[in-house]
Amino acid sequence: MNEHGTEHGGPVADQRSEGYGSTAVRLDQGHVEGTGRLPARFENPGLPPHIPRAADLDDAAAKRAEKQVATMFGVSMLGTLVFIVAYFAIPMETQVFMPGIGKANLSNVVLGVSMALGLLGIGVGAVHWAKTLMPDTEVVEERHPMRSGDDARRGFVKTLLTGGTEAQLDRRPLIKYSLGGALGLFALPMVLQVAGSLGPLPKDELSKTMWKKGDRLVRDPEHTAIKATDVTIGSVFHVLPESIKESEHILEDKAKAAVLLLRLEPDDIKVAKARDWGYEGIVAYSKICTHVGCPVGLYEQQTHHLLCPCHQSTFDVTQDCKVIFGPAKRPLPQLKITVDAEGYLVADAPFREAVGPSFWERG
Amino acid sequence: MSTTAHNATGADRLRANDPEPEAPVSPGLNKVGGVAGWVDDRTGAAKGVGYLMKKVFPDHWSFMLGEVAMYSMIICLLTGAFLTFWFVPSAGHVAYEGSYLPLRGVMMSEAYASTLDISFDIRGGLIIRQIHHWAALLFIVAIQVHMLRVFFTGAFRKPREINWLIGAQLSMLALVEGFAGYSLPDDLLSGTGLRAAEGFMRSIPVLGSYVSFFVFDGPFPGEAIIPRLYSVHVLLLPAILVGLFTAHIVLVAVQKHTQFPGPGRTNENVVGYPVMPVYAAKAGGFFFIVFGVIALMSALVTINPIWAYGPYDPSPVTAGSQPDWYMGFADGALRLLPGFLEFEAFGFTFSFNVMIGAILLIPVMYGLISIYPFVEEWVTGDKREHHLLDRPRNNPTRTAIGMAAISIYAVLMFAAGNDIMAIKLGLSINDITIFLRAAFFFAPPIVYWITKRICLSLQRRDRDLVLHGRETGRIIRTAEGRFYEKHEALDPYTRWNLVQHEQHQPLQLEAGTDQHGVASPTARMDRLRAKVSHFYFKDRVEPVSPAELEAAHHDGHHMEEIEQQERGGATLVEVGSGDNPDAEHSSRH
Repeated sequence: MNEHGTEHGGPVADQRSEGYGSTAVRLDQGHVEGTGRLPARFENPGLPPHIPRAADLDDAAAKRAEKQVATMFGVSMLGTLVFIVAYFAIPMETQVFMPGIGKANLSNVVLGVSMALGLLGIGVGAVHWAKTLMPDTEVVEERHPMRSGDDARRGFVKTLLTGGTEAQLDRRPLIKYSLGGALGLFALPMVLQVAGSLGPLPKDELSKTMWKKGDRLVRDPEHTAIKATDVTIGSVFHVLPESIKESEHILEDKAKAAVLLLRLEPDDIKVAKARDWGYEGIVAYSKICTHVGCPVGLYEQQTHHLLCPCHQSTFDVTQDCKVIFGPAKRPLPQLKITVDAEGYLVADAPFREAVGPSFWERG
Repeated sequence: MSTTAHNATGADRLRANDPEPEAPVSPGLNKVGGVAGWVDDRTGAAKGVGYLMKKVFPDHWSFMLGEVAMYSMIICLLTGAFLTFWFVPSAGHVAYEGSYLPLRGVMMSEAYASTLDISFDIRGGLIIRQIHHWAALLFIVAIQVHMLRVFFTGAFRKPREINWLIGAQLSMLALVEGFAGYSLPDDLLSGTGLRAAEGFMRSIPVLGSYVSFFVFDGPFPGEAIIPRLYSVHVLLLPAILVGLFTAHIVLVAVQKHTQFPGPGRTNENVVGYPVMPVYAAKAGGFFFIVFGVIALMSALVTINPIWAYGPYDPSPVTAGSQPDWYMGFADGALRLLPGFLEFEAFGFTFSFNVMIGAILLIPVMYGLISIYPFVEEWVTGDKREHHLLDRPRNNPTRTAIGMAAISIYAVLMFAAGNDIMAIKLGLSINDITIFLRAAFFFAPPIVYWITKRICLSLQRRDRDLVLHGRETGRIIRTAEGRFYEKHEALDPYTRWNLVQHEQHQPLQLEAGTDQHGVASPTARMDRLRAKVSHFYFKDRVEPVSPAELEAAHHDGHHMEEIEQQERGGATLVEVGSGDNPDAEHSSRH
């Protein structure tokens, strides 16, 4: 297998003094190790002698193997039968306690296990059959280089070039270039149809939400308005605009308008703007993470940190929801709130900036 | 029918000289030959199929990894076709009326409701759904481990580069196919995944919000994404996957499978078992085993219990949101990328904190994987065909690069579980994240270095084994009281495994100018190539040559004398004192 027929090199002691890695071949020699220094290589000893198996020598062993294989196939049939019976016999809702697994659906367990037996029986039986009784002498097949012969390659190129010449491609550049142009363009209608019709242009949809001045804050999912006095210090409300009820695209509007309402000691809020936009320490922030848009829903009361469960961006409510850890960059946008005549919390203005993940033109 | 010429009379005598009709060899052949003959009359397939049935496949456990991938894909196709009979790919809202009590009356999409029906109201539906999901997970595991096997054994080398590229595409598309699939049920977890995917799309510079609106047909979530993902998942991607897979397998057959080196195995042959009957039974049986194991897992281990998550709603919270395992590394990258990579310039927002992990990571990773064979070919300058696999230790640099890449993958994978680790181990999530951010940079070089040293050591151990034989554990005492352990020389078959490989030499830099002093146009490239070649092959351990083995025998001859005498039952004689036969060799390596 060593086609680079290296010769027996210098004495072993020489190699030792040079150590590994000191010999190199010239770049133009490419992959050649025939520097004449390496000693000759070992010869491939050829296939090792075949060791017969028990079943090759002993009829009883062969008979045993036959029985084992047949047993496995029998197990398979049994499994299939159990499946058929279980399919009809076991009600779908029966639960069963499985040690180590917990409560499980009996029908699913029995159907799956019996199906597995039906399959494994065949599989294990066939493999055991192959390993014990089918011939285990290795067969040698020759390999040939992948490349075609030189004649075939020349013939191919010739046919290709002749074809081109016969079609007069080289003599008629007008055809060549106009064909190139046509082939280059013909797919555009298909691409345009798909790309153009997939969806509407975003316009300013990403930048606005349902919130408008005077919209009451309602609990999600109960849709009940919230009085400022309901919001005790340390509590959190998941909030939507009251107008969401009239929305024709509830999920789409909810995906942008979801808000978290929290109450802190006013003195804990370190940013004057955040305090001003709130009401007596009650502040409202967009719930949509500015990273990739998961709902930011984990609130640590002690530290006033909001944590996004998807990628662990952490926002500090006392610092106007600035990002203090994690992959998000921008703070959660704050919704300016106040109370109406009846003491219910309402939005005092729409969001000033786009909520949710960043996008190119949000700037 | 068998009238003989002797007693033929009349008209029969006219045919007396006709050749006798060929007697069938066996009734069985006649039966098979009858049907096969009918087909062959119309297709001429006997020759080709006959050749394929005799085709030889080499045996090795690691060759079954690709088989596992193939079989899980077939199982996915089969069970997936079943699921389409009941799954309704629609975001249309309905109130749930099925038999799962906790969700009765809840408004949900038809996709989610029909997935609940498959799980609770269609007999055996749950087992098919579970098999589909488990097979999909196994499919991607098998593809990736198969790819590692191909990488570490150098099976991607000429002539198999095309198949490596096809395989890389298969592997990447399988990720997308998997993601599309688990997003279909429209449960809270997968919906949150889509929510994040929408955020990913927005991070694309210039086009982001357009891509998002085109994919979702308007603002997220919209009603288009489920049916669209459905046609991608059941039609578009499976067609591409099956097409690429067919090309992959045809190329394996045409190029013949690689084999591990061993006695009697050369670069010009394939040693193994023929398809008929051995491989047909083994590979056919293995399909049933893979299917059976997946069925068993599906029976006993719940996967993706969508009923526990509830229908998708953009507002509720899902703590511990982890994607299916194969998307973990990308999710981990998103968790590690620091926020400062987002900035505003010229009035536009550049969200590299998202884009690097969500949009660039997978194509870049598969791009690097795809070009690797060509890089290595360029470095070695080796244009020969390779059908014998490398033992990973015999190419330490490649193995170390592969392990370094795995370490990066592992860091990202761990990052995807940073919240789980923080809870289970009682650690600070910030510390874990910061550590993993650092590990992304320091793990690969450390892993690279360790792997390379291990490979070199293993090669030295191979040398040692060849030179000094196997330690038998039998201690021999000489007459004057010295002790030796008897070493047993390797038989030529075992030895061949340890000495058969070739080691590349680093390429040497030539002068950058030709004999006229004109700078070579490729001088810069050559310099780089020599450098990379040096990096690859500077540290290497040559296999033992016959001359070295001879010398080792020579060094140890006095010990062999003792052993021979011991074997002959003669009394042990005193041996020359002083030189320990092992001392010299150990100093050499």
